[in-house]
Formats: sequence, C-alpha cells, structure tokens
Amino acid sequence: MLSIDLDFRRGAFRLQAQADFGTGVTGICGPSGSGKSTLLALLAGLLKPQAGSIQFDGETLCGAGCFVPPWQRHFGLVFQDGQLFPHLSVRDNLLYGYRRLEPAQRRFELQPVLDLLEIGPLVTRRAAQLSGGERQRVALGRALLYSPRLLLLDEPLSSLDERLKLQILPFLRRMKEETRLPMLYVTHATAEVDYLADRVMRMDAGRLQE
Amino acid sequence: MFSPDELTALWLSAKVAFWATLLCLPLGVATSWWLARRDSRAKLAVEVLVQLPMVLPPVVPGYLLLLLLGNQGLIGRWLNESFGISIAFTWKGAVLASAVMAFPLMVQPLRLAFAMIDRRLEQAASTLGAKPWQVFLSVTLPLALPGIVAGLVLCFSRSLGEFGATMAFVGSIPGETRTIPLAIYGYTHVPGGEAAAERLAILSIVLATAALVAAHLINRRAERLLGYKPHAEH
Repeated sequence: MLSIDLDFRRGAFRLQAQADFGTGVTGICGPSGSGKSTLLALLAGLLKPQAGSIQFDGETLCGAGCFVPPWQRHFGLVFQDGQLFPHLSVRDNLLYGYRRLEPAQRRFELQPVLDLLEIGPLVTRRAAQLSGGERQRVALGRALLYSPRLLLLDEPLSSLDERLKLQILPFLRRMKEETRLPMLYVTHATAEVDYLADRVMRMDAGRLQE
Repeated sequence: MFSPDELTALWLSAKVAFWATLLCLPLGVATSWWLARRDSRAKLAVEVLVQLPMVLPPVVPGYLLLLLLGNQGLIGRWLNESFGISIAFTWKGAVLASAVMAFPLMVQPLRLAFAMIDRRLEQAASTLGAKPWQVFLSVTLPLALPGIVAGLVLCFSRSLGEFGATMAFVGSIPGETRTIPLAIYGYTHVPGGEAAAERLAILSIVLATAALVAAHLINRRAERLLGYKPHAEH
C-alpha cells in the first residue's frame, strides 16, 4: 500500500528509511531525536527528501521529479499538541478538512465521529477552552473527518499525563477497529504500540528498522 | 462650534487618511508577510526602504514624490500627458504622501503578527487539504488580526497627522490638500487664528485618543476570540 525509500538530510542529521507498510496500525518506536516526526513530516509532504520515493497505492507522491504537495496527498496528520485552530470553534475545527472534500469522498460524518470520540458536548467551545485530553480527541476527530487515505499520528498522547493516556487509548483502539483506517503511529512509549499496533518498527538515529 | 473651513479640513483629513490606510493595507499585508516569512538577499534593502520614511525628515519623501510625480516629474509628466492624470497639488497626492509616511507603521505590527503565528497550524491546515492561499485566508490572516487592527489604527492615525511630506508634495490648498495639521499651521500664522488653531488641536487630540482606545478594545476582543486569554477554566 505505502512503500517508501527515503534519504533526507538536515544539517548533521540524516534519515534513511526503506519500508513497506500495509493496512492496520504500524507502530514506530524510538527515542526523541531519532527522526520519527521527521519521517511523518516527509510522508505528509511537509518536508522534501533529497532523494528517494514515496508510493501510495501505485501513485507516486514523491520521486522521479515529482512532488505531490501536502494538500493533495489526502493523508491525515495528528500532531503531538493537537494544533487546533485557536480562532475557530471545535465544530469548525472538526469540519476544516471535511468541508474541503467532495461529498463522494466523505467516509465519515460529524455525528458518528462525535459519538466515537465522545466530544459532542464540546462543539461550541473554542480550542483554548479544552483540556489536553479533549484537545487531542478533537484533533483525532478533525483528522478522521477529512477521511484520510492514511492516518499519521505523531506522538498523539505524549503531552498527556498517564491517567489521560489511559482514557484516550481505548478511543484510538475503537477508531482502529471501527474505521479500518491504515495508520502510522509514532511514539517513544512502547506500551502504546503494544496495545494498538499490528506491527512494530524501530527508529534509531535516523534509521528505520523492523 | 467649528467654522466651515475647519469642517472642510476635518472632512478632508478623514478622507485622505481613509484612502491612505486602504492603500497601505494590501501592500502592507503583502510586504510584512514577505518580510516575516521569506529569506532573501533583498530583505535588508526592502526593510530599510520601508522604514526610511520614519527616520527621514518628512519633507524629504515629500520632495522626492514631487520630483517623481510632480507635473514636471519623471512619472508625473508621463501620467499627465498620456492619461491627463495629475497627482501633485490634489487630494490624491495628499493620500499618496500620507500613505508613504504611514506605511512603516502598518508594516511593523503586521510583520510581528505574522512572525508569531505557529507555523505548524498552517502545516496542519495544509494536511487537511487547504491550498496555500486557502491556508493564508483561513488561518494566517485571521490569526494576524490583532496585528492588522493595530496596523490599521496606527496607519490611520499617522495619516491624520501627516504634515511635512504633504506640505512639500501637494502644498496647503483649502478644500483640496489642507488637512487638519496644515490648517492648524496656517491658523497659527494669521492674526486672530489662535482660537481656530486651538479647536483643531483639541480635535486632533480627541481623534487620536479615540483611535487608540478603539484599537485597544478591538484588540482585546480579537485576542479573546483567538484564545490568548481564555475565559473558562478547564
């Protein structure tokens, strides 16, 4: 489904990754600074590799002189701290990507996502009025409502305390089981991928390994 | 309370400041975005050029405008002969002089506002299918709103107070280019003009104060909307 062969350099840091990802959840573990977030940024199209290629379902997203920009890749990306738009309500945050889709492209509707993540009562609030756990659930919902072909999760729980992590993990599991969306889940906490992932890879000093 | 001449000056000041601010807004947004976001060798040159009117004696930009756009000027003559457009010694010239002088005050807060926006919010928007111009309109610009308001108010207020460049470029023609500051200056030079000068001076203070208070209130509201000062405890 997704196959990558990437070579990316920034200063002294070098990231080399060669892998094929299938359906289900792939966990990528590694210490901070190992290049996990960089890998996701490359996949999302926020960074451009010096060399290599990214193929998704037979479509070349990067490589051989072509580069598909992030807004055309149709991948969802959930950031560590949610990155909700502070000037929009929770509802407008959730629908930000959804509104940009053709009706035929929409695989998820607002109400089921509100129910799945239990964020219905929050829709009229602003991002600043949410707790950390609520913010991450809204961020997940926003990515989900964009009906991505692939969901990239960049340490979505690392800014939360243990208690909140344990609250949100079941939502992620539910998301995985109910949506069957392929996901790449990046974290430094092995417990999270043990709970969620079908397959676990390691990232170490810029190298991706099984 | 005010004589017809004074009211004319007030109305003209408002008109000139309004058009100067409107002219500065799109140019200011573009320039400050470019200065905040792009790395270029031309950056220093652009920065110096934009800020120059702030530190130059105001007569100098006015004189340069006259050399360029005066009816015998490099561009002014061509405009006049080809299109019959005359800028010097008209209210349009006053707008231009005000705009040049007020432009740095539009750029400064805007540039700061653009620089302070978390780039990852824009990245998040682009991973949700928003094209760069859509990101700009739906994320960057709304988040820069407090800076835009500050820039508009500073620009408008500075335009209201413009004196030196206007005097040099378009002179002090009643009903055409004689704005409040020029009128005050004029009244102080005629016998018995003190009362009118005082009235207009007080009016200037009132207008400037009102503008600053309005900017403060709008800004506070904008910051609240953007979540800088959350109300609810959660």
